[in-house]
Amino acid sequence: MSGCVKNIYAIFKREMLAFFVSPIAYIVITGFIFLCAYFFYNFLGYYDLVLQQYAAMPYQMNKQLPSMNEFVVARYYYTLMVILVFMIPMLTMRLIAEEKRTGTFELLAISPLSVTEIVLGKFFGVSFVVIVMLLLAFLFPCLLYIYGQIEFMPMLTGLIGMILYALGFVAIGMAISSFTSNQMVAAISSMVVLLLLYMINSPAESVGGSIGELLKYLSPSEQVVDMLLGVVQLKTVIYFVSVILFGIFLSQRALEAQRWR
Amino acid sequence: MIKVMNLEKRFGDVTVVSGVSFEAERGDILGFLGPNGAGKTTTMRMLVTFLPPTSGTAEVAGYDILRESAEVRKRLGYLPENPPLYNEMRVTEYLKFMGEIKGVSSEELKSRIPDLVDICALSGVANKLCGHLSKGFRQRVGLAQALIHNPDVIILDEPTSGLDPVQIIEIRKLISSLAESHTVVLSTHILPEVTEVCNKVVILSAGKVALESDLEELLQDRTLEEVFMESIALDTSRHSGSEQVAIQ
Repeated sequence: MSGCVKNIYAIFKREMLAFFVSPIAYIVITGFIFLCAYFFYNFLGYYDLVLQQYAAMPYQMNKQLPSMNEFVVARYYYTLMVILVFMIPMLTMRLIAEEKRTGTFELLAISPLSVTEIVLGKFFGVSFVVIVMLLLAFLFPCLLYIYGQIEFMPMLTGLIGMILYALGFVAIGMAISSFTSNQMVAAISSMVVLLLLYMINSPAESVGGSIGELLKYLSPSEQVVDMLLGVVQLKTVIYFVSVILFGIFLSQRALEAQRWR
Repeated sequence: MIKVMNLEKRFGDVTVVSGVSFEAERGDILGFLGPNGAGKTTTMRMLVTFLPPTSGTAEVAGYDILRESAEVRKRLGYLPENPPLYNEMRVTEYLKFMGEIKGVSSEELKSRIPDLVDICALSGVANKLCGHLSKGFRQRVGLAQALIHNPDVIILDEPTSGLDPVQIIEIRKLISSLAESHTVVLSTHILPEVTEVCNKVVILSAGKVALESDLEELLQDRTLEEVFMESIALDTSRHSGSEQVAIQ
């Protein structure tokens, strides 16, 4: 077992090196944080406007003020979900496609490593980068916690929800990268698939019935929304863990098939 | 150490390798010759458990490549034709990584890597990025990678291509020195290389073994060039277009 962990760790370390030696990780992280800052500032400005409108309507004052958690942080997380649809393929595209193009996959394939170890090492590698990105993005809501009046728990469950959501996308992006040796093909296909998955619940209302329910269930954005508001349900966690395992399983099968082609 | 039994590989309708059998013992350096597209690389890729054979099998270091591929992989070093290096890694980082995934302990690696850097004459480039190396150095890093776990069987696909004359002489010396405790399969287009380092030769032509022999016996009254030309002349179908499939 320890050998298995060691092997996964070896692949993980190499992925880290590949990310942080090349400019990709820096560009993606910087771009992501820049967009985060922009949207966060926007939502904060919008919240400020809402507060001013409340102040202008005195009869509203005995009602509760709109919650910062809902008006700023949940919206902020909701926007991050869209940004991640485009950012995650940038990180996952090279994972396996590049190994195949440069021929290093041949070395991995004939090494004593199992395909599962290779896939897990790579998954943990990107996951680490993505978690770092989300933790950096979490700093903005933390500012509100320090300087404003906001509940911490919904912020935290929201972060955990975002991490689950992002790791599900990472697993899918990795699976797509394992089907091709062209990084651009991997990136574009991943974006299409992830965007489709993100929007999969949009015809739910018009379709209705059990199919509508199914579409809603399959939608990661629908699943995560409760967590953004502070409600953690077992079914949400099960959904995202299933997506992650499914992506890892697909990558594993794809590589196993190619190893003995 | 290596026992190839009736190995066959088809890609669709094209048969690239058919009925290939040969053997090599510990201490042998087997020269693997043949024109382009004869199926050398495909055969080697089957031996290293990268491509599964359509039929037939082989034993490498005493293990069957189909049923015991995991054991084979532990005992095998392979240098593909284009050494696959991670361009963003430094030479020592790359060797460390390759050692780790081949199950060499980190204590062993501490002494093994400097040894290999010495043996493969990489001291000048040890801290350079693999992506910045010239063809000759890439080849040598590839060779170091194949040797890192001190495997029983070493399979080299044109190890001296792209090297300068001095490097070629050094690499040949290195390969000769490996023979003591390893089995080496060496594919090459350079016939004098075979006469110089190998003690056995297998000539492949259009996917079939045209000749398998001890070199000493073979060269008693003829040169290797003559033998080679004779072997491949027997086959008329060598321009049948199988080459493109074989290099995929």
